[in-house]
Amino acid sequence: MILAALIMNTQGKPRITKFYDHVSVERQQEILRVVYSVLSSRSGNLCSFVEADDIFGPDTKLVYKHFATLYFVFVIDSAESELGILDLIQVFVETLDRCFKNVCELDIVYNFGKVHTILDEIVMGGQVVETSSAEVMKAVQDIWKLERVGELNPANIRGIGHYKNSRS
Amino acid sequence: MGTRLRDMIRSIRACKTAAEERGVVAKECAILRNAFKESDPDYRHRNVAKLMFIHMLGYPTHFGQMECIKSIAAPSFPEKRIGYLGLMLLLDERQEVLMLVTNSMKNDLGHTNQFIVGLALCALGNICTAEMARDLAPEVEKLLHSTNSYVRKKAALCSVRIVRKVPDLVENLMVPATGLLTDKHHGVLVAGVKLCTELCQTSEVAIEHFRKHVNTMVRVLKNLVISGYAPEYDVSGITDPFLQIRLLRLLRLLGNGDADISDTMSDVLAQVATNIEGNKNAGNAILYECVQTIMAIEAIAGLRVLAINILGRFLANRDNNIRYVALNTLVKVVSIDTQAVQRHRTTVVECVKDSDISIRRRALELVCALVNETNVKVLTKELVDYLKVTDPDFKGDLTARIAGLVQKFAPNKQWYIDQIILLMVEAGKYVTSDVTRSLVVVISNANALQGYTVRTLYRVFQAWDGQESFAQVALWCIGEYGDLLVSSENKLEGEEPLTVTESDIVEIVENALKDSRASSATVAFALTALLKLSIRLPNSADRIKALILEHKGSLVLELQQRAIEFGSILTKHNDLKGALVERMPVLDEARYYANNAMGIDGQQTTDIEALEPHANGHVRQPNAIEKPTAAAAAAAANLIDLLSFTDEPTTLSNSSGNALLDLLGGGPMGDANSASSPGGGDMFLDLLSSDGPAPLATTAAVPLEGLLDVEPIANTSLGNSSLNGGTPKGPPAIVDPIANISFGNLSLNGGTAKGPPAVVDPFADLTSTAMPAPASAPGLPSIIAMQTNGLKISFDFTKAVDAPKATVIKASYSNLSSNIYTDFVLQAAVPKFMQLQLEPATSGILSANSSNLVTQVIKLTNNMHGQKALVMKLRVSYKVNGNNVLEQGQVNNFPAGL
Repeated sequence: MILAALIMNTQGKPRITKFYDHVSVERQQEILRVVYSVLSSRSGNLCSFVEADDIFGPDTKLVYKHFATLYFVFVIDSAESELGILDLIQVFVETLDRCFKNVCELDIVYNFGKVHTILDEIVMGGQVVETSSAEVMKAVQDIWKLERVGELNPANIRGIGHYKNSRS
Repeated sequence: MGTRLRDMIRSIRACKTAAEERGVVAKECAILRNAFKESDPDYRHRNVAKLMFIHMLGYPTHFGQMECIKSIAAPSFPEKRIGYLGLMLLLDERQEVLMLVTNSMKNDLGHTNQFIVGLALCALGNICTAEMARDLAPEVEKLLHSTNSYVRKKAALCSVRIVRKVPDLVENLMVPATGLLTDKHHGVLVAGVKLCTELCQTSEVAIEHFRKHVNTMVRVLKNLVISGYAPEYDVSGITDPFLQIRLLRLLRLLGNGDADISDTMSDVLAQVATNIEGNKNAGNAILYECVQTIMAIEAIAGLRVLAINILGRFLANRDNNIRYVALNTLVKVVSIDTQAVQRHRTTVVECVKDSDISIRRRALELVCALVNETNVKVLTKELVDYLKVTDPDFKGDLTARIAGLVQKFAPNKQWYIDQIILLMVEAGKYVTSDVTRSLVVVISNANALQGYTVRTLYRVFQAWDGQESFAQVALWCIGEYGDLLVSSENKLEGEEPLTVTESDIVEIVENALKDSRASSATVAFALTALLKLSIRLPNSADRIKALILEHKGSLVLELQQRAIEFGSILTKHNDLKGALVERMPVLDEARYYANNAMGIDGQQTTDIEALEPHANGHVRQPNAIEKPTAAAAAAAANLIDLLSFTDEPTTLSNSSGNALLDLLGGGPMGDANSASSPGGGDMFLDLLSSDGPAPLATTAAVPLEGLLDVEPIANTSLGNSSLNGGTPKGPPAIVDPIANISFGNLSLNGGTAKGPPAVVDPFADLTSTAMPAPASAPGLPSIIAMQTNGLKISFDFTKAVDAPKATVIKASYSNLSSNIYTDFVLQAAVPKFMQLQLEPATSGILSANSSNLVTQVIKLTNNMHGQKALVMKLRVSYKVNGNNVLEQGQVNNFPAGL
């Protein structure tokens, strides 16, 4: 399975962190530091896989891609294909690119909620759920439409408590 | 009231220092806490979002957990969405507040809006606990049949998590999961295949179930390979590589161990392997998966060749990623088809020198798997050459691997010695003490090479570069064999001549003694070497004494003590000196390796442990009494197996005998002797005859070393050991073979009736304690009980005059091959009218070409003495080069009258 999906910049600042197995906050920060130190020491022409046994336990690997100022890192165990995950990162980045029109680091910083939504449409519970960028886009756009309207058909609402209309 | 999310992010980003950032976050958190306290729903959405950002930066956010739960319960979509997002990020399955959310989730799973259902499924798939899984499984299962593909795919993956948490639910999910295999939607298929895979990994029943549906999967895969274009799922010209990968993984699980199923899928695998183009990452990803599947299932040879060829192509690829996966797969494949992988050896060796550590590590692992007796020299040379230039991070790994290879595959001792010395010179600080110790053991055993070795070491030591491990070995050898340096004895062919005078030798030791790089351990080695040299080089005795006494005032206690003790030996006990520093007795190689077996074969041992936790579980118990019993029971179980009279599943850890060696070694004598199986006899119903329970006792072969340590008689018999005790810190004194044999006799004697000495123990003079040996009935010839290509077992018989029924057999084991046998265990079975007691063997290890070094006493009582002759079945198991060997036979040629 995919144990974590991380986006960090080339200075080591986390931009998106998503762990699919429980990891305490302190440990998350430690992991980010170690992952960053590993990645930043690797030059561009090396392969995209780093064994992560000492970070995540036996038989785990980092699969990463470097785009402009960002590292996209997926931590996987042996049940995932390394090459497959590389393609998945590609799908993820392509989708981000379509959503934000030439995505850059700042888009991700200020819209991390949206990025999480996109990620959740691609990976769920550590498993790949959708690999078609178009499908993901369609779902994400519908979700954002809902978000703007904010209101669902009242007939279907069974929740309680205060409820507020659209929000910026 | 607080700021907007965007403003908070901006102010955090504007911070110049970490302290400043902490300040901003602390202020923001205070505002959030207040807002949460007032439970102001208007800004809850924004506040939770802020919290998520703060969480990402590594600050504690537990105070906001309740807000997430409240948001989830809220009716509006944006609130729900942020609530679920927060739930997944800020909470984990261990928090009890999760209980509170189960009900909201249940409602949302039944919602008519697909995205709300999707949110709930996604959250459940990420964080659900076992309780939640049980509570919500029916809802999720229902959603597997939803008409909406968006919901179906998420429900499938949610089920994966549910099965992980509650494996009992497998059976409920098998049928719906099968339905997903025929889904039209690719996303659902990907998720569905994953769910099937998960079910198969969880339960055998599921594997059987899905094997019936292999044809469906094959059809889906075939369509993907040949159908062609599906623009939505196209990745660089290949249709849905993710689905293909998932399918190939599922097929791997199903085909493994089932020839028919493997056959069903071999067509499509061949199609994938030949049709997919490997010029893009996506294509290679599929080929890579396909190769792994082919190697894992019971594929035909032709398909395997195809697979290995693909990997060969991968290896030659310029893309590092592809080379990495090729190496990764070859490592897995090498045990299945070594020959095929050998063809790519040169390429693999090149990869060890790659600039990428990921590739280097994989390649090194693979090279080590490829080494055998024929190519060890070439490959070791390559690796050692590379050791000189590699970066320090990698040296440790590399050194350990090279040392392992040299120890395992060395064609002769001279080469072994040369390589380890070379290794110590090149990467001394990475050479572990295990390696140097076994080098010393080898040198000690290689009589003809000692001169050569000490001269080589001397030569290198002249230009010592501070490598401690090397210095210690060199000093030990110079001390031990210093005389050979001067005399140039045993000169090998082609060896460079070396002229050394006595004072040269003392000087080189002196240099080491005074070198600032030498640690106190090395200096201690040097002092001991000097003491030995005082005998070996009589002309330099005075200089040596002066050198030793210089350390009388050393600040290091150990060195001071040595200097003073050695000084007094040299001044006051000149008569003792000669005997004290006599050449060390040959170190027992077999025993050394036995003690280190865990270390050298670490991996294999753990494998065995993992497979057979039961047997080892017993072995590990600290209780000494129980150990032999457990071993006996295990051996007994094994014997059942041997005689094939029962279908009871039996297991015996091959390593247990070995492990027992250590455990019993420390135990009191009595325990080891009681190693005969107390309850074992009852287990052998009808083993050899048709009626009634057959009494039969058996023990695991328990090597004797441990006993020697505790048995007083044994101690006195160790000719040299008391002398060795006088040489501090030398390698442990190890029993020489003669002592072993003599002890064998003694213990044999101890077991028989006490009578007047008729046969004088042949080693009595060695043992210096004249032990009365009992009478043995005359005229009982020795027999060869069993002889195979590599092994001979002979029996000597002793019979006390006053106990005609009892016979004591001394079994002597000879190893006729040039390989060392380890974990040697003999088991014996006799008909029911006899009683059998196996004493522990003197050792579990038969050194190469040894004869009668290891003995074992078997006590037999023939209750039908005079009516029936002895018969015995034997089973022997041992390890050669890590392979288990099992031999059995029947002994019918007992001399008459037993």
